[in-house]
Amino acid sequence: MQATLEAEEQETTGTGPAPRLLVVIPAKDEAHNLPRVLDELLPLVPAGHVLVVDDGSSDRTGALARAHGCRVVRHPFNLGYGASLLTGYHLMLREGFDLLVQLDADGQHPPAELPRLLAPLLAGEADHVLGSRYLDGGHAGASLPRRLASSGLTTVARWMTGRRFSDPTSGFQAMRREVVEALCHESFPEDFPDLDVLMDLDRRGFRLVEIATPMRDRLEGTSMHGGLRILYYFYRLFLSIALMPVRRPSLYRKDRGDGPRPPAGLGRAPVRERRQAG
Amino acid sequence: MPVPWLPTGPAPAAAWTVALQETTAEAPELPYRQRVVAIVLATIMLLAVIELVRQRKLREEYSALWVLTALGLLWLAIDYRILLLLTGLVGGVLPTSTLFFGGILFLMLLSLQFSVRLTRVTTRMRALTRRVALLEEKLARTEDGEGSDAEQDG
Repeated sequence: MQATLEAEEQETTGTGPAPRLLVVIPAKDEAHNLPRVLDELLPLVPAGHVLVVDDGSSDRTGALARAHGCRVVRHPFNLGYGASLLTGYHLMLREGFDLLVQLDADGQHPPAELPRLLAPLLAGEADHVLGSRYLDGGHAGASLPRRLASSGLTTVARWMTGRRFSDPTSGFQAMRREVVEALCHESFPEDFPDLDVLMDLDRRGFRLVEIATPMRDRLEGTSMHGGLRILYYFYRLFLSIALMPVRRPSLYRKDRGDGPRPPAGLGRAPVRERRQAG
Repeated sequence: MPVPWLPTGPAPAAAWTVALQETTAEAPELPYRQRVVAIVLATIMLLAVIELVRQRKLREEYSALWVLTALGLLWLAIDYRILLLLTGLVGGVLPTSTLFFGGILFLMLLSLQFSVRLTRVTTRMRALTRRVALLEEKLARTEDGEGSDAEQDG
């Protein structure tokens, strides 16, 4: 852990003004899949820039991530996928990272695609990049009711925003700090952020870009979306989207939830200064 | 038995009093026993709520609806005409059913209030949980750093 931290600090001091990236991986009971994801990811990103949010796992997810040198924030109990993302967002804002990539711990999202995902951000062409499975059309693998509901929702979304969201459930996303700031509000969906979040970002004038990324089937275990919960899920989504134009603006008030910036000595930048001084 | 506070003279022309007179004219009175039971129950409820607030077992903010209900019940028990009027207004047949209707309405309001409070508590709990988790990670990192770094000023 210490060795990787030092390596990372040298790396950041060496690269100077290069944007600092944080990779957030929400993980619940992914002890089987997470090591493989990390093995692919860590050659690309220093371990100190990888944050695994252990969402109250009952297996060794957190310990395995720590063994890989990643930073681990552990929820004492399960808060939900969106809540885990939000934890990552808060940490990102608190510690002054510039870019954020989120990818799932189940191995669906190939870490090798990370440079492609980041490219539009680094080129200044986009604020938010989403890796889509279905950019070419098609909804392979989804059940019929889900496909119907999805296409209904995307039609409504196209009608409301004038743009097409090909794969709103994709958790493979990269975004700039400003987008993360916009997402950290009290009504960010803590179960599954979806079309409503993307539409909200679009409405606020952020430049959203979708790129086609190959996605694999999850390595092991079952998907989070399943059973009767889908009904509730779509209900929530419909309600959230329908209320979007009439919701009180105060609900969208930025709530970083972390109060004032951390005092010097706890944050990351001061650590670097001390290193240089000593 | 006679009800001394029922109006006896000619009624004013207000529509609601006419409705009231019409309903009271044909409706049976609340039996003495029922009224006593209702008054006693409402009083006990009122005292219990106030006592709970006094002992700090019930927060003032949650007591309002209970106190209002107890007072309303007391009022209904003392002044039977109100119940009859309400029965006429909601289109009920029996005053008893108006009481049940009111009771259910009260329970619904109370549950709604609880849902709203619960939402707030949930939001806060989640935010606090997140904050604790982030602080724990920061603490762990700081402790790791102090193990090897003598210059840590903390």
